[in-house]
Amino acid sequence: MSNLSRRRILFGGAAVGAGALLTACTSNTPEENTQVNTGNEDSNPNAAPGTKVVIGFSAPAADHGWIAAITNNAKAQAQAYKDVELRAVEAGADAATQRAALATLIAQKPNVLVMLPHDGKELNATGLEAMKAGIPVVNLDRAFPDRAAYRLQIKGDNFGMGIAAGTYIGQQLKAKGVTNPIIGEIPGIDSLELTQERSKGFVEALATFGFKVANRRPADFTADGGQRAATDLLQALPKIDAIWNHDDDQGIGVLAAINQASRKEFFMVGGAGSKAAMDAIAADNGPLKATVTYSPSMASSAISLARLIGQNKGMSDLVELQVPKEITLASETITKENAAQYAKLGF
Amino acid sequence: MTDQTTKASLPAQSPPVEPPPPATGQARSRGNWFKGDGAEPLRRNLGLVGVLVILVIIGAATRPELYGDVTWVKNNTFTILQQASAIGVVTVGMTFVIIGGGIDLSVGAIIAVAGVWSTTLATQSYGTLGMIFTALVVGIVVGLINGVLISYGRLVPFIATLAMMVAARGVAAQISGKQTQVSANTTINDIASTRWLGIPLLVYILALVVAAGWVLLNRTTFGRRTVAVGGNPEAARLAGINVKFHTVLLYALSGLCCGIAAIMLTSQATSAQAAMANLYELDAIAAAIIGGTLLSGGRGTIIGALFGVLVFSTITNLFAINNLSTEAQNMVKGAIIVAAVLVQQFRYKSLTQLLGRTKS
Repeated sequence: MSNLSRRRILFGGAAVGAGALLTACTSNTPEENTQVNTGNEDSNPNAAPGTKVVIGFSAPAADHGWIAAITNNAKAQAQAYKDVELRAVEAGADAATQRAALATLIAQKPNVLVMLPHDGKELNATGLEAMKAGIPVVNLDRAFPDRAAYRLQIKGDNFGMGIAAGTYIGQQLKAKGVTNPIIGEIPGIDSLELTQERSKGFVEALATFGFKVANRRPADFTADGGQRAATDLLQALPKIDAIWNHDDDQGIGVLAAINQASRKEFFMVGGAGSKAAMDAIAADNGPLKATVTYSPSMASSAISLARLIGQNKGMSDLVELQVPKEITLASETITKENAAQYAKLGF
Repeated sequence: MTDQTTKASLPAQSPPVEPPPPATGQARSRGNWFKGDGAEPLRRNLGLVGVLVILVIIGAATRPELYGDVTWVKNNTFTILQQASAIGVVTVGMTFVIIGGGIDLSVGAIIAVAGVWSTTLATQSYGTLGMIFTALVVGIVVGLINGVLISYGRLVPFIATLAMMVAARGVAAQISGKQTQVSANTTINDIASTRWLGIPLLVYILALVVAAGWVLLNRTTFGRRTVAVGGNPEAARLAGINVKFHTVLLYALSGLCCGIAAIMLTSQATSAQAAMANLYELDAIAAAIIGGTLLSGGRGTIIGALFGVLVFSTITNLFAINNLSTEAQNMVKGAIIVAAVLVQQFRYKSLTQLLGRTKS
């Protein structure tokens, strides 16, 4: 059942319940490289067009692959529904601009509001305001501290990502019989909470094996930043056993730096799950042996769920008549063995 | 002020790099050349070399096992130089702009536009030379726009280049479709891993640009005019220099340096994206300033700027090999910038008074 496995991929880790399946998903549009659920009327009662839903959407201006994929996915998913109209506003460069953009969006009274805030804390008030105005808010990925500020929160698991990466590295090194491994870490922007959570999970998972991080050089989610950080890391550690790089986009630069330094003695684990990383893992011809997911497919799911909220419907596989309040995607480990299966989710 | 006016009103073709000291101070300066105003860049560069030596000593003291390995030390030196290469090239352009009395906040954004434009699939289909040509031309053109806005549109350099910084990042994001563009051109990608006689090609490029910058500033009419325009634009104009046109050329030169840096960075990261070269403008300005370039213009050296870049690059390396956080690293960098400016003020107030040269 390829159908079923696709569902598992999209919602495999739904915190709500292991069987939480939203709507059937049969195909996507590979030419645009977006992860979209196109619906299937035969198997899913929710797929049939219902009342028209106007969804307001706001995400930060994309300056790197993951955020770009979020916006592209949301737009593509909205287009897949005949009964959804998406009103997207660019959130600009900071929280203040996004607040202003959202104010105009809320004034237009959309049925549901989907947003990926610059910062959950800074946009908490905007979430509350929209909810008070009777517009259900779907918070994408960056949580509001106030539970009244959102109707649904769908996010990835940063801590779990660190756990997944640490566990994979720990298992590999244990299997190889390395006793005192030298492990390097290249996080993204270090001041972000998501980076800190990832690192925390990584350290904790490694600790269960009795391992620790030897050196940590933060980059900035860009390829050239990754290249610089990796060059410093390689210089600081003349011998390395494993590296975890938090982000596959900056990983392009990390891999370039490894290649430029002609280092081969270690293996590397990526993060997020880009198409390029999955292809490299499947090809198995470089240091990249695995990546732990943080899939932007959550934006597609957010639109699907926003539509259901707007139409007052629940997720058909669940008993509940309404969409749950919180969904956390699991971070999955992609290796050579399952890369082909996940290829469709690569962004 | 006296010396700047003197300098600027001299015929543009022939004045020396530093103006001859006024008559009263002359005997004293001759007697002790090292204390004279003309030797100021030398003193500062020696100071920066001293800082570099201290940093290396700290490195050797904290990680003796690494510094005990000769191969590692050699490798590390090249790594530091390589990490300084792209930002070093940008700083050379920035130094010219600042000496000329301006500022260029858009260098990081220009690199992004040049890098992204030269790595589009369409550009890549024209091959290596097509990509290099595109990066250089895009850099120069954006620099020219900056220059024209400032000279003929009479915008303050800070505002004009700030606007360009925002707009150029926008253009880069538009061209790239907000994606990371991977370079499939192996010749370009190999620039970063090529070594001649054991020295990385990127280091040769940096050396070449620095040498060209030094000659241009110290041995050509263009350089003399730059100093004159930055020191006192009105006097430079009265001396027959086309100040507006010269300013345009300075920003174009900065743009050209950004184009070169874009190729270097693209090669290092084997890709380009709209967010690349993040905050390079601040790194370049900081390096130029601790290298002794006056933010108000009219004074500065290329060698000093190079040392400024090397100091920052060495600090980054020192923090990396000791696994210290980047937060601490940024604090140290900030402190060094402040210290450098304080030294600069000290020189202008106390030292000149000490030598009895004020209001001479």
